[in-house]
Amino acid sequence: MHPFAYARPTSVAEAVALLDEHGPDARILAGGTDLVIRLRDGTVRPSLVVDVKRIPELRPRIDLVGGVLMISAGSVMTDVATDARVRRHFPALVEAAEVVGSVQIRNRATLAGNVCNASPAADTAPPLLVYGAIVVAAGPGGIRRLPLDELFVTSGQTTLARGELVTAIELPVPARRMGATHVRRTRRRGHDLASVTLCCAVDDAGVTRLAYGSVGPRPVLVIDESGVLADPAAPDEAKAAVFEQMFAAARPSPRSMRASPEYRLAMLRVLGARALRTAIARLGEGAA
Amino acid sequence: MSEMSGAIPIELTVNGRRRALEVAAHHTLLEVLRDDLDLTGTKECCLVGECGACTVRLDGRIVDSCLVLAVEADGGEVTTVEGLAPESRLSRLQGAFLDRGGVQCGFCIPGQVMAADDLLRRNPHPSVPEIQEGLAGNLCRCACYEQITEAVLAAAGEEER
Repeated sequence: MHPFAYARPTSVAEAVALLDEHGPDARILAGGTDLVIRLRDGTVRPSLVVDVKRIPELRPRIDLVGGVLMISAGSVMTDVATDARVRRHFPALVEAAEVVGSVQIRNRATLAGNVCNASPAADTAPPLLVYGAIVVAAGPGGIRRLPLDELFVTSGQTTLARGELVTAIELPVPARRMGATHVRRTRRRGHDLASVTLCCAVDDAGVTRLAYGSVGPRPVLVIDESGVLADPAAPDEAKAAVFEQMFAAARPSPRSMRASPEYRLAMLRVLGARALRTAIARLGEGAA
Repeated sequence: MSEMSGAIPIELTVNGRRRALEVAAHHTLLEVLRDDLDLTGTKECCLVGECGACTVRLDGRIVDSCLVLAVEADGGEVTTVEGLAPESRLSRLQGAFLDRGGVQCGFCIPGQVMAADDLLRRNPHPSVPEIQEGLAGNLCRCACYEQITEAVLAAAGEEER
């Protein structure tokens, strides 16, 4: 591994100052499950690695205050997937967190890191988009909150500015009754990234929220307010027409070794229909 | 606190013993365990967090030690496979791996045992799917998965069910 300097700030202000000073020469280290691989293979060569795990505000913590669940940036997938409040209010996020890597990876990989890497295949991105996640970022100009949909630009690229650091992810507890699920297609569970990753939620007002990833340069959120998808009695042809509009943004890479574009687009439709059926069934069961 | 480079002093508790070390920022926990502490039970293999051969327990949770910088673990408590058999007596789980023929070449076994030990701590009576999920991060090139699953069941006292 290429040598680098290491910093272990103990406050958000200190971390922001370091990141601002070093700009692209610094990399944030949270769980390290992506960063350490890239440090080793040389695809990133920072002069400074900023380990944010010792910052008190970022330590693993999940709080429910005033109808908003706050997940600190140091919270790992295991923390998210085992938290009773997340399981109750955001079951599709639990399903996604539970399929990230293996036990070893989930014990280390943070939810915030999954988002900040901006991988198109990030499994937690679709449920976070569907649930309306807000990213809390601290920077030289103070703290700002932005919808997750406004964070992603393209693969590996976010709208975070120089010196900015995600400190938490906020999830508003759904105001309406909702049925939701996360599904994915992968070659081997426990290791491989998703060939398609998708989340679907249906609420009792008939709104269907769908988010999908690994079929283009960034995860995509689409919403059907017509009520057609959520209507259990609507004919399949009517639903298929809505799905086609929703999937129009899918642009799978022809260069990926994981699956061909044709396969991904076909599976996107299969998984979309399957997830919709599950979401409707869960709404009917009175699930969160 | 400012930037650190060169030899960075850290403290680890490894298998119950406190160790003071100096490490480079770019050295992984795996490298430090094997090269500085001579604990070679933990294996280096894929180096991308897919095979699980380097699995150790860090502060109560198993991790791939190839993906953890040694400086990150400063102040932490580490258990390696050597820590499962103090005084060189095999644990019940390790014995079950031998009894059930879970070991062929043996290279992946330290990681498999660490993952299985972690599973049984969290879930003393796992089902077969729970074992498969708990050990999904550990590859066995000899494909002893059936025997490894049987060994975990046997260690949990569930083999008759």
